[in-house]
Amino acid sequence: MRAPRILRTLAFRIVALYLAIFAVSAAAIVGFTYWNTARALNKQTDDIVDSEVSQLAQRYQQFGLPGLAQIVTNRSTHSDATLYLLADEDKRPIVGNLDAWPNIVAVGSNIVEFDYERRVGNHIENHRARGRQFPLTGGFYLLVARDIAERYQTEKLFTTTLPWSLLLMILLGLFGGILISRNFLTRLDLINRTSREIMAGDLSRRLPLRRGGDEFDTLAINLNRMLERTERLMRGMRDVTDSIAHDLRTPLNRLRNRLEGVLATIGPEGAGAREIEAAVEETDHLIGTFNALLLIAEAEAGVARESMEQVDLRGIVEGVAELYGPLADEKEITLSIPPSGSAVIACNPRLVSQALANLIDNAIKYTPPGGRVTVALEQTPAGMALNVADSGPGIPAEDRARVLERFVRLEASRHSPGTGLGLSLVAAVARLHDAKLELSDNCPGLKATLLFPVPTRRQPVLPQIAAQKQIART
Amino acid sequence: MRILVVEDDLEAQRYLVNGLREAGHVVDDAADGDVGLTLALSRQYDVAIVDRMLPGLDGLKLVAEIREHGNTMPVLFLSALSEIDDRVKGLKAGGDDYLTKPYAFAELLARIDALMRRRHPASVKTQLQVGDLELDLLTRTAKRNGSAIDLQPREFRLLEYLMRHAGQVVTRTMLLESVWEYHFDPQTNVIDVHISRLRAKIDKGFEAPLLHTVRGAGYMIRARA
Repeated sequence: MRAPRILRTLAFRIVALYLAIFAVSAAAIVGFTYWNTARALNKQTDDIVDSEVSQLAQRYQQFGLPGLAQIVTNRSTHSDATLYLLADEDKRPIVGNLDAWPNIVAVGSNIVEFDYERRVGNHIENHRARGRQFPLTGGFYLLVARDIAERYQTEKLFTTTLPWSLLLMILLGLFGGILISRNFLTRLDLINRTSREIMAGDLSRRLPLRRGGDEFDTLAINLNRMLERTERLMRGMRDVTDSIAHDLRTPLNRLRNRLEGVLATIGPEGAGAREIEAAVEETDHLIGTFNALLLIAEAEAGVARESMEQVDLRGIVEGVAELYGPLADEKEITLSIPPSGSAVIACNPRLVSQALANLIDNAIKYTPPGGRVTVALEQTPAGMALNVADSGPGIPAEDRARVLERFVRLEASRHSPGTGLGLSLVAAVARLHDAKLELSDNCPGLKATLLFPVPTRRQPVLPQIAAQKQIART
Repeated sequence: MRILVVEDDLEAQRYLVNGLREAGHVVDDAADGDVGLTLALSRQYDVAIVDRMLPGLDGLKLVAEIREHGNTMPVLFLSALSEIDDRVKGLKAGGDDYLTKPYAFAELLARIDALMRRRHPASVKTQLQVGDLELDLLTRTAKRNGSAIDLQPREFRLLEYLMRHAGQVVTRTMLLESVWEYHFDPQTNVIDVHISRLRAKIDKGFEAPLLHTVRGAGYMIRARA
C-alpha cells in the first residue's frame, strides 16, 4: 500500500527533512549545553572538596589521626552542605555527619558519588553526594563529599523532559508540514486539473491566478503563455489545412469538371471516352486520398474535440455492421456482433463510424471467402474495447507498427484497391479520443482493438472568463 | 427552374452555370456575397447554390441574412473547407444541403433536383407507386404486380427514398446520407451491394426492370416510359 498522498508531496518531504535536521541539532545543542554545565558544576564541587581535603590533609600531617578526627567532628557539626566521614578498616564510622559508609560508585579518577539519607526537617530524603575517599595509614578511611542533590534533580528533570520536548516539537512540526503541504497541494491540484482539462480539449481556457503573485502564479503565467503559443500554432495549423484544402480542392474540382465536360461533349461511346472515364476515376482516387489526408490532419490537430458528443458505441457498431453486412454476405464471410450492453462514451460519431468502417472494410477485404469477421464491444478494466477480428492472413508482428503509418501498404496487399491511409486514419481517430489502437494476432487472422479509456472524473474549475481577466491584469 | 449561383471562383462559376443551363435551368450568377444577397432578395429563385467562402459577405452570413428576411428557398452550400465541423455549421446557418468540393456534377444536379422536389412536396402520401411496384408506407409492405415482396427495414427505407425520387438520379452519397445518415466515405462501394440485393428482390423474374444504374452518377427508379 502506498503512503497517503499528502505524505508523498514535496512540500511535506522538505518539511520532514528540515524537521529531522532541526530536531537533531536542537538535541545536540541542548545536550552540549547540559554536558558543559554539568562539567562546570562538577568541577566547582570537586574544587570545594579538594580545598577541604587539602585542609584536612594539612591537619592530618600536623596532628595525626586524633587531630583529623577532631577537625572532622568540628566541621561535621558546623557544615551542612559538606559531608565528612572517618571510618575504621571495616568501614565502620568513627566520626562524621554520615551514619554509615555509603555504597560508593567511582565516576572518575579518585572521584566518587554515592546516595545517602539526609534528614530534612522531620523526614528523610535520599540525596546524592560527590567527593573523594582516601585510605589512611592504619587502615582508616576518610570520605569528604558535597551534596549535589540539587544538580542531580535538575539533571533528572532534564533527561525526562528532553524526549518529551523533542516529541512535541516533531508533532508540531509535522502538523505544520501537513498544513503547508495541503496549501501547496490545493494550488498544484488546481493547476494540474485545469491543465488536464485544457489538454482534453478547450485550448482557449487559461489557468487561474491568485492575487499574491507567488511562485505558483509565475508558473501559471508561464503555462498560460505556453498555452497561448500552442493555441496560436493550432490556429495556424487549422488555417493552413483550410487554405491547402481550398487551394488544392478548387483546381481538383476544375480538373474533374473539365473531364466531365469533355465526356459530356463526346458522349459515352465517343472516341477516347474510356480514357476520360479512367481519368475521372483517377481524379476521384486522388480526391479520396487527399480527403483522407485532410481528415487525418484534422483529427490529429484535435480540431474535432470541440464536437464531441455522448454517443452509444453499440449504436455505431450496429449501424456500420449493418451497412457492411451485404458486402460480407457477398464474399461469403460471416459478419457477427456478439451481444453486449450499451457503451456511452464522449466521441465524434462521424469519425468513430469512419474508423470502424475502415477496420471492417479491411477485415472483409483481406478475409478469404468462408471466413469470419467479428465486431465486439467489451468492457475491460482499462476501458471500453472495440474489437474487429477476422480470420484472414493477419499481419506479421514485425509489420504491425508500420502499417499504421501513412501510405504504408504491405507487399501482400499492394495490388488490392485502397489508399494506404485507412489504418492511419483509424490511428489518428484513436489519438483524438485518447484511445489506443492495438493490432494483435487472432490466431489465425488479425484483431484490431480500439481501446477507449475510462472517462476521468472532471471537477469544475474557475470559469474561463474570470481567468482571462486575470491574465489581462498581469 | 430558376437557380441562383453565388461562387467567387470564376472558372468554377462558368462551368456550374453552363452545366445548369444545359440541364435546362435558368441561372443567375453572383461573384460575391453582397451581389448574391441583393439578387436573392430582389428576385424569386427555386434554389440557391452558395459557396461557403466568399469575398464580401461570407456564405454563412449570406444565408443567415436571407433567412432573416423570411426567404425559405432551398440553399445548397458548396465548400472547399475541411468538413468535420463545417457541415454542421452550414446546416445550422440555414443551409439545406452541403456538398464538399471537388464534387461530381451529376451529384450536384441530383441534389438540386431533390431540393426542388422538397420545395414542392406533393400531398402527403401513404402510397408510393412506380409502374406495377407499390409501397404502402403505413403497413410497411411492398408489392409488385400484386405479389408481396419481403423487405428488411433498411431495404424498405432504401426503396422508399428511391421511389420518392422516382425519375430522378439519386447518387450513392445521397443514399448513404439519407438512408443511413452517414457522412463518411465508405472505402468500398457498399451501397452498390445493397442496391443489387434490392434489385434482386424487386426486379428478378420481371420483364421490365425498374431500378436502373445511371453510369457515372448513381441510380434511378423509373417505369419504362
